[in-house]
Amino acid sequence: MSFYYCLDNPPAENLRELLSPKTDSQLEAMARKAQELSLKNFGKTITLYTPLYLANYCDNQCLYCGFNTQNDIPRKKLNPQELKQEAEFIAKTGLKHILILSGESRTLTPLSYIKDCLKILRPLFSSISIEIYPLTESEYRELIAEGVDGLTIYQETYDQEIYKKLHPRGPKQDYRFRLDTPQRAAQAGMRTINIGALLGLAPWPKEALWLLSHARYLQDKYPEVEVSISLPRLQPQFNNFTATDEVSDRDIVRLITAARIFMPRLGITLSTREKPALRDNLIGLGITKMSAGSTTAVGGRTQSDPFIKNSIQFEISDKRDIAEIKKTILEKGYEPVLKDWIGVL
Amino acid sequence: MNDNLTLAGKTISNRLLVGTGKFPNMPVVKEVLETIQAEVVTVALRRVDIESKSDNILDYIPKNCTLMINTSGARNANEAIRIAHLAKASGCGNWIKLEVIADNEYLLPDNLETLKAAEKLVAEGFAVFPYISPDLSIAKRLAQAGVAAVMPLGSPIGSKRGVKTAELVKILIKEVNCPVIVDAGIGLPSDAAYCMEIGCAAVLVNTAIATSRNPVEMAMGFNLATRAGRLAFLNATGGSNTAEASSPLTGFLRTNE
Repeated sequence: MSFYYCLDNPPAENLRELLSPKTDSQLEAMARKAQELSLKNFGKTITLYTPLYLANYCDNQCLYCGFNTQNDIPRKKLNPQELKQEAEFIAKTGLKHILILSGESRTLTPLSYIKDCLKILRPLFSSISIEIYPLTESEYRELIAEGVDGLTIYQETYDQEIYKKLHPRGPKQDYRFRLDTPQRAAQAGMRTINIGALLGLAPWPKEALWLLSHARYLQDKYPEVEVSISLPRLQPQFNNFTATDEVSDRDIVRLITAARIFMPRLGITLSTREKPALRDNLIGLGITKMSAGSTTAVGGRTQSDPFIKNSIQFEISDKRDIAEIKKTILEKGYEPVLKDWIGVL
Repeated sequence: MNDNLTLAGKTISNRLLVGTGKFPNMPVVKEVLETIQAEVVTVALRRVDIESKSDNILDYIPKNCTLMINTSGARNANEAIRIAHLAKASGCGNWIKLEVIADNEYLLPDNLETLKAAEKLVAEGFAVFPYISPDLSIAKRLAQAGVAAVMPLGSPIGSKRGVKTAELVKILIKEVNCPVIVDAGIGLPSDAAYCMEIGCAAVLVNTAIATSRNPVEMAMGFNLATRAGRLAFLNATGGSNTAEASSPLTGFLRTNE
């Protein structure tokens, strides 16, 4: 079967072929196809959002993560007043989509704390997504009732052996509970679900196959859900954990374009982990959503505590503010979309 | 020649309705609408940011246009009804393009939920324009419920595949007692012309204009084609759509009479 046949016929069995274009001209053909499909399905738009870290307490020891419980970093959770300051700072930029994050500590940041935070955030934003510890279906229902409409959850790696090694302690050891998380959220009525693999932990083509198969499975089973993927590449961490399987810029292009061809309506999210030049060049190849004005520190935008800067989860590469990102997207011939949901629904 | 269309009590002359999603920037939306003198414009409420000083799409829609608020994002009747209520409360008027979609892969509408929402919204006084798969019984029920028009898809939203549902749309035009507006899948001006030739009251185009190389010029093309198709509908005699055999099969009866 030829590569070019796969371009126009992307069922699951062709995905492996699509992920491994052999030549430059094959990759270019993929990029063209991906651009055409993206235009058709999403138009010339990029939706913007920003992450807001509520807390960095954690019970896990993920070897690659700055919040690893063994790391001696300042730990903090935003109190209502601090959260309001941070949220209002973001709201002033005009962004209406927010992603709230925490480490995995059900004791220090229980569901009741998350709910209290939502009460503060809801009047300021149209769309609130969560990237916190995995919940049960009924807990997702509770958060949806408080205004959450999106879930982000990364499996990190789909390889069970590697997963086991990377997560030596804490509730995250439970591979299966984490894997089933998007389904529990979908059952509860979550509107958007974003899944991802942390690229660099395992050979990427295999991870990509798993990730895209997972996305396809979710979309087939829950057609009412807007499914999207993230393709985060591992960044330098506190523990000096380095990627065992490096993923090049070229690999990222393969992955994004293959994903778009495989699932034309799939959302593809790109974070500020990536460098500005690469992010700018990936606009138009299939990206639908980008973060902007990010920090991975708790209260990183407004809190003056000098320890804050040492409490980050990982280093970001694209440090441009929201106004600069908006300008760049417009210059690329795309519209930066700041609002694309109705929060009070 | 007076060839106006009355929709929900409002008389319009431009039968090209324009959607405002997927454009590369907001000023170009304005330019498109002004250039073709659009009269009815759809806007998704999810994109409206009334608080924003620079990024509120409503600021780019000429004041003489009638807004038709799209319930895009609604997955069931209840969500669509709530979006309609919010639209009205935000001062966006009471014209609702009712879109209920529980299928994120093809974006095909849920006709049953659409009917439920339409009945409720019409009863509440909204002018309802439901987006549907071209199904005769649903379209008739919608017309009975009092919708302002039915909007069958030509092919899936954004697919630009043209009017693949033509045979079904023709049946709706013939049988349903309200205007029929083809809403999705129109890819080229010739598709719009075709819809008008077979008797659609209007067409709604978005993706094909918004994602073209030059949206303003593409909109001009669609505008001309819509007009051309309408003129053909009004004036054509014979031809493939109004076929009449040139030698009647029963002519022999008359020559013998």
